[in-house]
Amino acid sequence: MATATQTTITADSYGSAFMRGLKSFALLRESWVGMIGAAIILFWILVALLAPWLAPFEPNASIQPFARPGTVSAAGATFWLGTDHLGRDILSRIMWGTRTVLFYAPLATLVAYTVGILMGLAAGYRGGWIDDVLSRISDIILSFPVLVLYIIIIGVIGASGINIIIAITFASSPGIMRIVRGLVLDLRNRDYVAAAQTRGESDWRIMLVEILPNARGPLIVDACLRLGYVIITIGVLGFLGLGLPPPDPDWGGMVNETRHMAIAFPYMVLAPSFAISSLILGFNLLADGLREIAIRD
Amino acid sequence: MATLIAKRLGLMLFTMVIVSLILFLLLDTNLAGDPAARVLGQFASADQKSLWLAQHGYNDPLMTRYFHWVSGFVQGDLGESNRYRAPVADILGPRLWNTAILGFWTFAIMIPLSLLFGILSGMCEGSKLDRTLSVISIVTTSVPEFASSVFFAAIFVFGLKWLPGTSGMAEGFDWVQMVLPVMVLVVYGFGYVARMTRASMAEVMTAQYIRTAILKGLPYKTVILRHALRNALIAPFTVIMLQINWLLSGVIVVEFFFAYKGFGALLLEASLNNDVALLEACAMVAVVVAVTTQTLADIGYTYLNPRIRFS
Repeated sequence: MATATQTTITADSYGSAFMRGLKSFALLRESWVGMIGAAIILFWILVALLAPWLAPFEPNASIQPFARPGTVSAAGATFWLGTDHLGRDILSRIMWGTRTVLFYAPLATLVAYTVGILMGLAAGYRGGWIDDVLSRISDIILSFPVLVLYIIIIGVIGASGINIIIAITFASSPGIMRIVRGLVLDLRNRDYVAAAQTRGESDWRIMLVEILPNARGPLIVDACLRLGYVIITIGVLGFLGLGLPPPDPDWGGMVNETRHMAIAFPYMVLAPSFAISSLILGFNLLADGLREIAIRD
Repeated sequence: MATLIAKRLGLMLFTMVIVSLILFLLLDTNLAGDPAARVLGQFASADQKSLWLAQHGYNDPLMTRYFHWVSGFVQGDLGESNRYRAPVADILGPRLWNTAILGFWTFAIMIPLSLLFGILSGMCEGSKLDRTLSVISIVTTSVPEFASSVFFAAIFVFGLKWLPGTSGMAEGFDWVQMVLPVMVLVVYGFGYVARMTRASMAEVMTAQYIRTAILKGLPYKTVILRHALRNALIAPFTVIMLQINWLLSGVIVVEFFFAYKGFGALLLEASLNNDVALLEACAMVAVVVAVTTQTLADIGYTYLNPRIRFS
């Protein structure tokens, strides 16, 4: 009898992983802060997806330099946010820039998480010298002021999309590892882990199938916050001239290119600054909402 | 306590040695690209490059060069900047001083402000002030420093025309030029420190001894000042010390934006110009400052928290 119930529960919970995901997303309705965050993120995702249809101009086309917001172009379309010093439409560049940031930020976060989780699982579950070595390495990496680390890495390997992902992975996986390690240290003494060990499951199977899914709550909240930080990082690198190479639009880079003209043309730097701040705010609000729900349950 | 301090200091030294080795390997060897090409440019001929390498002692064994560099660093000889054509130490000194001024004012304003708000909202969780603070801190931590620089510049420089847009300090120190950089740094750091203080205060307020103190009829002021604050301020102490690490990142952006002649702008400049000796020195200084404050935070935390000290 007891065995039968247990099997059904397992089968049920594995079968409806997707439904459970939807259900926990529906929980978000209970937190209006989280809802606002989700709405902001959804807005930017739509902008990114629809950029080719929404954007009134080619993002890299030089049309009419220094046009004030609202100027009507020769072809009849309006520069709603004006154009920059090279005559490129700022609104179109912001829309296309959404693609850049929403492509690189989640990808970099995902790669960093994969590395951080594997490190954390190994350090927490295996312990011993693996833990010592990994912990010591992450202590050293985390002792760097973060931006100094980025500047050195990008300075050495050069600025490009892949290198930004590498730099972000290098700098943030130690932090992720610490969180995962802490969670694993708590979870590895649970009965179901002991049961899996008795069944003779392999270490990696236990780490990935038994322990990791049970550590997901805090990790999801952290991932949301971290995604916000990664967007800041990509923006700051662009702003410092260490980001993605021009001419493709990137919000931080847009501020960097036009900041010398800001006193005469403040709209050139204001628009991308608003864009990036609102997107990060979205992720921070979502993280706050998720945390609120997690505490309540 | 003494063993703990010795242990922490040992760890600090170990970290610095490893970091110096990594920096040296990354920047000063051909592990990650030819250093001669980095300095002379990619179009330099092979002869020029090998001559430059020989002149600058690059043909010596690796370890000899590392020890030469480290011993020079410890004695204050940081090498020669190939962009400024001057000893690195002479360039670094005044820049560090400028950043210290910036950091001092940032902390002098941020700490009292965030502690005050954090304590007040932690005292009565869920109050109007508490909710306002949590909204403010989420918003301010969401705006990257370069974006808030843009916003403040738009308001106070382009709009109201009250403040200058650059802080180059060409005619000596001018406090008006300090306002915007300090404001940006304070606003970004405030939310985080205030939130941490609030969390710590809120936790202490639910403790049994606070209830006992209130129930035995002590005046509320005494309960807060004598019982709650002493315990609530232990966690923010660590947070504030670790903010120095964050400040080292923040100053890079702010000094770059406002053209403030500080350490952060110098580090970035050194990286953009491939000024290896200068970059190594700046990175090393940043790490030494960061690691030292982390160690002090750890030791201070242990000292302040009797539960750890006596166990």
